[in-house]
Amino acid sequence: MLKVRVIPCLTIKDHKLVKSVRFRDHRNIGNYVAAVRVFNARDVDELIFLDLDAGKRGIERWIVEAVTKECFMPVTLGGGVKTVEDVQLLLSAGADKVAMNSAVLECPRLIAEASRRYGSQCVVVSIDVRMVHAGWRVFTHGGSADGGKDAVSWAKEVEDLGAGEILLNSIDLDGTMEGYDTELIRAVADAVRIPVIALGGAGIPGDCVKAVQAGASAVAAASMFQYTQVTPNVIKRALADVGFPARIG
Amino acid sequence: MIAIVDYGMGNVGSVRNALRFLGAEGIVTAHGADFEKASHIILPGVGAFPDGMRRLKSCPGFSDMEREVLVRGKPFLGICLGMQFLATYGEEAGGAPGLGWIEGRVERLRVDEDAYRLPHIGWNEVAPIESSILFKSVPSRHFYFVHSYVLRPNDPNIVVGTCAYGETFPVAVEKGNIFGTQFHPEKSQKGGLAVLKNFISYA
Repeated sequence: MLKVRVIPCLTIKDHKLVKSVRFRDHRNIGNYVAAVRVFNARDVDELIFLDLDAGKRGIERWIVEAVTKECFMPVTLGGGVKTVEDVQLLLSAGADKVAMNSAVLECPRLIAEASRRYGSQCVVVSIDVRMVHAGWRVFTHGGSADGGKDAVSWAKEVEDLGAGEILLNSIDLDGTMEGYDTELIRAVADAVRIPVIALGGAGIPGDCVKAVQAGASAVAAASMFQYTQVTPNVIKRALADVGFPARIG
Repeated sequence: MIAIVDYGMGNVGSVRNALRFLGAEGIVTAHGADFEKASHIILPGVGAFPDGMRRLKSCPGFSDMEREVLVRGKPFLGICLGMQFLATYGEEAGGAPGLGWIEGRVERLRVDEDAYRLPHIGWNEVAPIESSILFKSVPSRHFYFVHSYVLRPNDPNIVVGTCAYGETFPVAVEKGNIFGTQFHPEKSQKGGLAVLKNFISYA
C-alpha cells in the first residue's frame, strides 16, 4: 500500500533557515544544515527545500549540495529555477525532484521541456495561492505578483504539460498554523490525477488528517515542525489511527 | 572503487553520498578506463527513456561499460530508469530500444488512473523472494518509488521483488551479475542503504 507522505518544508533566505507568516515577516530560525540533519535522523519520508532568494541571486550549487549530502531520503529542491539547465544543475547536485514556480507561469513550456528530458516524476510545480474576491488566484515571485491565473485551471494546465506533482501552498494560511485550506486542496485534487502535496497552515496532526481526507497525497509543513513538539511520526500515527497508510519508523 | 555512470541526467550525487556513507568510494564517470578499474558499476536514473538511452549510448565509455558487464561479468546495478534501460524496449515518450540485457518491455503501470495517481510517488512495501541477494537481511521493506513505467521481464524467475499499486509489478531483478531496482535504494533510508551494501558486497 502506498503511504501518505509527511514532508517537512525548509525555506532559506540569505543562507539562513527562515519561516514566514503569509509569505512575509521572515524570521530567522537557525541553521539549515542542522535542520536537515535532524530530519534525516528522524527518518522522514521526504524533504522540501526552497531557497527563497535564489530567484534574484541565482542558484548556488554549494547550498544545495550541503543539503543533499545529509539526505538519505528524497529531496525536492526549488527556488530560482528558470531554465532546463537549472533543473539539470539541481538534479546533478542531488535533487530527486525540482520545484518550479514563477518561471513556469511566464513560460509554461519549461514544464514540458523538463518533463520530456528528465521525466515527469521529477517535475514539481509549486502553486502559491491567495484568495482574491472569493477566487483562488495564483501568485508568483514569493507572493508579490499576481500570476493572472485561477489555481484550479492552472493545476490542470500544468498536469497537461507534464508536471509530476503539485505543491499546493496557501499564502493566506502560511505560517498561521490554523489548518490547511481543505477546500482548495479538494478542488485541485479533484481536478487533477497527479499527486497533490498540501502546504500552508498545518498546526496540529488533525489538520494533516483533514488535508488527506480532502484528497492530498502528501502533507507538508514548516512551522508545525519548527515551533511545536509535533514530529512527522506523530502525524503518521494520527493518519494511521484513522486508517490512512503511513510509514511509521 | 565503484563507477557511477554519468550520462548527464541521473541523480548521481545522491548515489555517491550513499556509497560514501557505506564507506565505499564512488566515482561519477562516463569513461571506459574507470569502468575497467571499477569493481562494481551503478547506473542511476532520473529521466525519460528515449532521451536517456540516447545520452547513455553517446557516453565515451559506453561500449567499455557493456563489455565489463556482459563479458567480464562485473556486478551492475541499474536504479529506477537505470533498471528500465536493461529491457529490450521502452514504451515511454514515443518508445526506444533499451540495452537488451534483460528480455522484456518497459510499460506504463496498468492501473485505473482515476483511482491510482501516476507517477507512483512515495514509500511502498516490497515483497522480496527469500533467495534474493539484494534483500538479504534488509531491515525494512519500505522503499521509495518515483515512476510511472515499469520493466516487465519475459522471464519471471529473475524477479526478486514485487510491489502493489493498482496492480502487482516487478520492482527488483537479479540475473547473474546484473541487478536492478525500480525503487531508489539511495533514498530509502536504512532499508535502501542495506540493499546498496548487499550489492557492493557482491563479488
